[in-house]
Amino acid sequence: MKYLDEFRDSELTHNLLREIERITTRPWVIMEICGGQTHSIMQNGIDRMLPQEIELVHGPGCPVCVTSLELVDKALAIASQPNVIFCSFGDMLRVPGSGRDLFSVRASGGQIRVVYSPMDAVKIAQQNPDKQVVFFAIGFETTGPANAMSVIQAKALGLKNFSILVSQVTVPPAMHAILGSPTNRVQGFLAAGHVCSVMGYWEYPPIAEKYRIPITVTGFEPIDLLNGVYLTVKQLEAGTHEVQNGYKRVVSYEGNKPAQAILSKTFEVCDRNWRGIGLIPDSGWRLRPEFADFDAEKRFDVGSIQTQESEICIAGKVLQGITKPPQCPAFGTLCTPENPLGATMVSSEGACSAYYRYSRNEG
Amino acid sequence: MCLAVPGKIIEITPTPGSLMGKVDFGGVIREVCLEAIPEAQLGNYVIVHAGFALNILSEEEAAETLEALRALGDVEAELAADDEESR
Repeated sequence: MKYLDEFRDSELTHNLLREIERITTRPWVIMEICGGQTHSIMQNGIDRMLPQEIELVHGPGCPVCVTSLELVDKALAIASQPNVIFCSFGDMLRVPGSGRDLFSVRASGGQIRVVYSPMDAVKIAQQNPDKQVVFFAIGFETTGPANAMSVIQAKALGLKNFSILVSQVTVPPAMHAILGSPTNRVQGFLAAGHVCSVMGYWEYPPIAEKYRIPITVTGFEPIDLLNGVYLTVKQLEAGTHEVQNGYKRVVSYEGNKPAQAILSKTFEVCDRNWRGIGLIPDSGWRLRPEFADFDAEKRFDVGSIQTQESEICIAGKVLQGITKPPQCPAFGTLCTPENPLGATMVSSEGACSAYYRYSRNEG
Repeated sequence: MCLAVPGKIIEITPTPGSLMGKVDFGGVIREVCLEAIPEAQLGNYVIVHAGFALNILSEEEAAETLEALRALGDVEAELAADDEESR
């Protein structure tokens, strides 16, 4: 498509790298929030191209990774029921619950389908009126509108056999949690471009101001990422803390208003428990009472759930940028993508998975 | 999972509950919800995540960003003028 090749142009990459080198005078720690960006950084070797002074740490922007263990266990319990077709994004299937995962439920006869879009699950519900169809609606703000549309469509179609298990989380409360922690090392943020394509970036200036930290809305192509680093370093070196938009072709200040209207029609703010991190107040969304009929947590009684997390896994520290994956004694030995102890090793946005896949064996 | 892919709108179909359409991602065609971009027209490029179009891609802004990025190169070019002129 038009311009896409140019955003992959190696000459521009080269120019940006030289500029970053030229302006960097001392060490800086920058966090990319989004796990998709973590993978793009590793895949394109950006972490190795940057001057040594610039350390990229990886944030919690991996919805698969932060979905609470309790919700994963609920998903497993619902998916195991005989009359249920359980639909999910593919990444979720290998995520360890307390002792098993969705793959093992499928292996023992559970009907589990991987879908591209939540709205595909609505179609499955239309095609299977004698089954209960449940979609595991995980996601950050980016996925919120797609998840919301599934219940809006199901309601319009009058479906009685469709519901969603909601695990929606939001970025700004997580940024507060990271910056407010006594162990925080982050000095600048690359904000997640696609989250901002929905929400805009009007939520970020108060964060930049409160913690005196520069924030750059950043895209996913190598040039976007380098441009994000460049704009952030430029501010760090100058001692400023503005919110800048480095992804203008997709993101506007106010975001996508119709998408935000879809979100507020469907969801309301709630506290969420982030796997490995803990409870963050007002950090997620749940269905509004008007959509209670489509809430899988209300439709299915799965009894009380006793969660049991791996005692070895340090995914929580990895997700907050405190520890890098290779610093974990289990990395690549006890914990691999085939045999994961934590979700960060299986998700296509998990930092441990990125380090494993692209052979970054040193922290 | 927050990755979103650009594609071209090739069909727009209002359906119950939402505005849907078809988007061509370099040969792979998917059904996509266009509810958040009611102004969308056939041939527009959109950025799509999980079957939901997040935004129409702004060609103007893309061109502007590229220009700004190229200007960075010009700073370098000034420092290495000989190199640049010999092209």
